[in-house]
Amino acid sequence: MKLTINGAEREIEAPPDMPLLWVIRDLAGLPGTKFGCGKAQCGACTVHLDGNPVRSCVLPISEVGARRITTIEGLSSDGSHPVQRAWIEADVVQCGYCQSGQVMTAVALLARKPEPSDDDIDRAMSGNICRCGTYNRIRDAIHLASRLQRGGK
Amino acid sequence: MNRVTRRGFMIGTTTSLAGLVLSFHVPESFARGPKGVPPPPLPPANAFLRIAPDDSVTVVLAHSEMGQGIWTSLAMLIAEELDCDWSKVRSEHAPAAGVYAAPGVGMQITGGSTTTLLEFDRYRKVGATARDMLLRAAAARWKVPREKLVAEAGVIRNGAKRLRYGEVAVEAMALAPPASVKLKDPKAWTLLGKPTRRLDSPEKVTGKATFGIDVSFPGLRTAVILRPPAFGATLVRFDDRSALRVPGVEKVVQIPTGVAVVAKHFWAAMLGRDALVAEWRQPEGGGVSTEELLAEYRRTAQKPGVPVSAAGNVVAALSAAKTKLVAEFDVPYLAHATMETLNCAVRIDDDRCEIWTGTQFQTGDQKVAATILGTTIDKVQIHTMFLGGGFGRRASPQSLFVAEAVTLAKAAGVPVKVVWTREDDIRGGYYRPMYVHRVQVGIAANGLPSAWDHVVVGQSIMSSAPWASVVMKDGIDLTSIEGTESPYVDNVPARRVTLHTTTVPVPVNAWRSVGNTHTAFAIESMVDELAHAAKRDPLEYRLALLASKPRFIAALTLAAAKAGWGTPPPPGRARGLAVHESFGSIVAEVAEVSIDQGHIRVHAVTCAVDCGVVLNPLGVDAQIQGSIVFGLGAALHGKLTIKDGQVQESNFHDYPLLRMFETPRVSVHLIQSNAPLGGIGEPAVAPIAPAVANAVFALTNQRLRSLPFRLA
Repeated sequence: MKLTINGAEREIEAPPDMPLLWVIRDLAGLPGTKFGCGKAQCGACTVHLDGNPVRSCVLPISEVGARRITTIEGLSSDGSHPVQRAWIEADVVQCGYCQSGQVMTAVALLARKPEPSDDDIDRAMSGNICRCGTYNRIRDAIHLASRLQRGGK
Repeated sequence: MNRVTRRGFMIGTTTSLAGLVLSFHVPESFARGPKGVPPPPLPPANAFLRIAPDDSVTVVLAHSEMGQGIWTSLAMLIAEELDCDWSKVRSEHAPAAGVYAAPGVGMQITGGSTTTLLEFDRYRKVGATARDMLLRAAAARWKVPREKLVAEAGVIRNGAKRLRYGEVAVEAMALAPPASVKLKDPKAWTLLGKPTRRLDSPEKVTGKATFGIDVSFPGLRTAVILRPPAFGATLVRFDDRSALRVPGVEKVVQIPTGVAVVAKHFWAAMLGRDALVAEWRQPEGGGVSTEELLAEYRRTAQKPGVPVSAAGNVVAALSAAKTKLVAEFDVPYLAHATMETLNCAVRIDDDRCEIWTGTQFQTGDQKVAATILGTTIDKVQIHTMFLGGGFGRRASPQSLFVAEAVTLAKAAGVPVKVVWTREDDIRGGYYRPMYVHRVQVGIAANGLPSAWDHVVVGQSIMSSAPWASVVMKDGIDLTSIEGTESPYVDNVPARRVTLHTTTVPVPVNAWRSVGNTHTAFAIESMVDELAHAAKRDPLEYRLALLASKPRFIAALTLAAAKAGWGTPPPPGRARGLAVHESFGSIVAEVAEVSIDQGHIRVHAVTCAVDCGVVLNPLGVDAQIQGSIVFGLGAALHGKLTIKDGQVQESNFHDYPLLRMFETPRVSVHLIQSNAPLGGIGEPAVAPIAPAVANAVFALTNQRLRSLPFRLA
């Protein structure tokens, strides 16, 4: 089947029930998207379909269709996306394993809501677990990213 | 290219620092290959530091980065003394080799909040040694006395003349290292002590950081293992015919830990595992159940156990006391639930073996692999990948998850990466053990304790570990009772701590902050009850008990002041506090809570920390934040239930971790301290549960003595 991943069209051979996560990781060779639970419980596998965040670990590849897939690798190759810059500036990461999913969820939030409140952030981000407990800095980083995106500093 | 024989290097480093070899080249074979392709084999371990012609400084880490920030802090130690350009510094994990054994420990291991303090001298000396050699090389090139030269930010100057480190690295490398080096006075530090951002952020926010689970190379297969459904269950028979029909499944192999399905990729292995039909025999006696175990522990706690520490006659003092307070506390089994599940990739070539994994214990892993393969440890290469969380789970004393993968790779005859599912992880054992504490306190007329009798019941996690000799004393696992020698208690005239070490067929292991997770809960809750019984303010009562302990007083006083202790909290809220020393650091926490539709809500945690000299305030703050989230998740949610040997929970829906909406605002206040360097990865975990319990009591008059908290 044809998939559009990070702007590039790719021909992938996969069983129709194979979750998008494993197609991305094991067949497309993009390991930045992570496996955490396999049950849409933790958000580590979050990617975008046409800009909307989805849990790729429970999404059969057959349901993706023509929608454009964006993974963490497709956000920017050099960490220049405002959310990535904010994450670095706010020194968010610890082990870093969940952060691809956190960043992808935050990007989708800011696209929908450029100036989110703390409550907006809590609502959008509470599906993403961080075992290292970086939540406070994630909140700070999202506010910072919001300013960066709007051209502020 | 500089090559140093292992033998020459080892001799050098065991005798003096003079033998530390600094490799200033980046040999081609050191370079990491393209993403997803395993790096080529490393030459024998030969350096802690490399300076390349492009001035890049690569720090080689003898410990594992699992989120705690040593990727940055160890590099800071070298960079401070090297006077290099911080923007040119990067880190990488060392291979497994004797030279990387932690000073004073003799093993390459990461745990116990010890990395930075164990490496404080060694890494600074490496930096100072390299700086000296660079200066001497520049002096030789310019034919001037070394004393005339100044080094700063990676540049050596002699008047108007300049040389970058990268320009003299090759010559410096040829020089003999100095016999000794003088380290900077901390007052002269320009990097240490300053808030410094992490070096691993760029790769971790772009998806480029490679964790063990991300390792892939041509020919590598993925395996998922069908594991026993209950602790102690044994395999009777299995049928793999359906599994082998799943497209992508290549082999089904029985190994001691279960039945492995080896496939082209993870999803095929999962489907293959689902298709396996297996029959298991339940353990003898039906298997353990936590409900019964807890009842048994409570009965056991009625009597004193093996003496751990004692002073005075506690029995007489208790019976003489007019007022007594007795309370029992219990904590459940807990899984570490690292976000990256366990995994390990292995490739065997004849008598050589390469292992890619996120591990906290390279020395043990290397030994166990060599034993399984009948080879020597120098034939076992370990590539330590980023760890997607450790918390103790990746410090397997017997290196079990590595042993399993090596065993499978050997049996299957192909390179294989074992990946644990979340269910495997939650049900896979090696937990923080269940514990019960019973504390009886005799109260004197002044309201202070006159007798303290503390009984601890639970499993030893260390008795069979390779480091048992360090943490076991006269049959007592010191991690079972760490924290019971509390500063509140050591002035009590009659006191006793005793331990019942239980034997239960549930595997246990160290879990972030280890024994302190339960001892601090019991003690800080008990002290709060005593304050209430004495009708005294919880802070004031603690300060009275801690009269001769200035570091504790400073931490408590600061946290209380910053939290507004003594001023009324917002309506519907109350505050509680706790202070605890562990890993050489003292942490006081004040929690502000409310009850929201029957649920405990923690709004704010104010924290004061005395961890001795602070090397990176930004990193300390991160560890405190994370530890509080870790401890609060356990206090509010964490519980494993075992019935007939089977763990009932399986994933995050029934073993919930703390999420953002439940996370309090955490403010961290660092104490300027002259105390020796303390650990920081764990000490803030323990105080949060009692701080919240004490706050809930202040709000509701309800004592919460059981973890996780359940309101009546």
